[in-house]
Amino acid sequence: MEKHCVDSEVKGVSTGTTILAAIFDGGVVIGSDSRASIGGEYVSSRTINKVIQVHDRIFCCMAGSLADAQAVTKAAKFHLSFHSVQMESPPLVIAAASVLKELCYKNKEELQAGFITAGWDKKKGPQVYVVSLGGMVVSQPFTIGGSGSTYIYGYVDAKYKPNMSRDECLQFATNALALAMGRDNVSGGVAHLAVITEKGVEHVVVPGNKLPKFHDE
Amino acid sequence: YYNYPVLHLPQLTPLSFIFPSLCRNEALKGLFEGAQAPKPLKTGTTIAGVVFKDGVVLGADTRATSSEVVADKMCAKIHYIAPNIYCCGAGTAADTEKTTELLSSNLTIFSLNSGRNPRIIMAVNILQDMLYRYHGQIGANLILGGVDCTGNHLYSVGPYGSVNQVPYLAMGSGDLAALGILEDGFKPDLELERAKELVRGAIHAGIMSDLGSGNNIDICVITRQGVDYIRPYQESEYKENRKMKYKYRPGTTPVLTEKVVPLKLEVVQESVQRMDTA
Repeated sequence: MEKHCVDSEVKGVSTGTTILAAIFDGGVVIGSDSRASIGGEYVSSRTINKVIQVHDRIFCCMAGSLADAQAVTKAAKFHLSFHSVQMESPPLVIAAASVLKELCYKNKEELQAGFITAGWDKKKGPQVYVVSLGGMVVSQPFTIGGSGSTYIYGYVDAKYKPNMSRDECLQFATNALALAMGRDNVSGGVAHLAVITEKGVEHVVVPGNKLPKFHDE
Repeated sequence: YYNYPVLHLPQLTPLSFIFPSLCRNEALKGLFEGAQAPKPLKTGTTIAGVVFKDGVVLGADTRATSSEVVADKMCAKIHYIAPNIYCCGAGTAADTEKTTELLSSNLTIFSLNSGRNPRIIMAVNILQDMLYRYHGQIGANLILGGVDCTGNHLYSVGPYGSVNQVPYLAMGSGDLAALGILEDGFKPDLELERAKELVRGAIHAGIMSDLGSGNNIDICVITRQGVDYIRPYQESEYKENRKMKYKYRPGTTPVLTEKVVPLKLEVVQESVQRMDTA
């Protein structure tokens, strides 16, 4: 498949993506697009899943090299599961973020993957953490990431309100993803969203043609 | 004591490989005096897979190329992994061959140890771990398909270790042509004959549009009931008819003259050795 490669910095399949997460009143919404590309030219998959469940109430969104991100989330899933068996209780969201951070930081020379971790735990309720490429962890009420995020910083900064309702937050996330997918060539496909609350997890998939339209001809 | 999570990544030297052949090739380069070192055999391929109502259909062409020369006209690109799992391989021929053999033997051992039939997701996980560890140095683009107790599955595994589950798939240098046919003709829950025809059409498109793919088409149908490995499913129209027998009966060539010269042999040494027969 060399003909598809190799100008991009990411070797192999890249997620070249738009990912986001936002806290609302009682839970958190995490979402992403579903496009995977090679070399920024060829869409190798229109339906890749970038929202990975690492524990019952903790999800992770991946950005960067698909192989690296999948390997890291697999390792993280194992460690969290082991940790939760040892502690005899579900892991905290900060634990999931720390596990990812440890992997990204210790292997920063070899890895090219960044994550958004979001979830709900009993101690602090809904939380969103960003684990960047080099292994920095920051907690934020809402966050966006991936190549498509540059096009929606203005939108999310203007439109986010703390303590939104579930439906408002879902609409906010869907709009943001739609705007980013509309402008970024390496983001697209369907919008994968997960709504995490104390009661459970709900998956929402918005197909490309059902996404909100903004002055599209 | 609590082990910090660590990804064990191999230390990569400037030469990257620890395969001894690479050192040999580097040494040989000097001897070639400007000419090219031997290139690895690449399959330059079209492979495809489709999930249908009762199982999975895998298809592949049979051409293996070494630069511009067709090295093997009847190469088998659909590899056996387990009785219910088969794998199509594109990329470097040796890498796909050895990777699938390794996977197959590991799964057999697992089956014997655990008393369970292997699942496709297990094969996928093993492949992903192995290919990720080698960071893309193993040039294997694989399509894994099979039927197990959880259903009919088709997975793509990239050389860097990325994995994706899909209902239909094409890989190799002819993938774009094949994908066009698949995108047009695929529907969920196809019937067997329709699925076979779809895969055949996809491989055929790859063969027609890609120089690296050609010759025959192999099809492998995997269902709950068993496996039907049809090799070849469709033969190339451009087949030569070689007799493969080059023995000529005495008298085919006319004899013009005949001269018989007896060889004079003299006995130089004679020795007798008794054999021990008990």
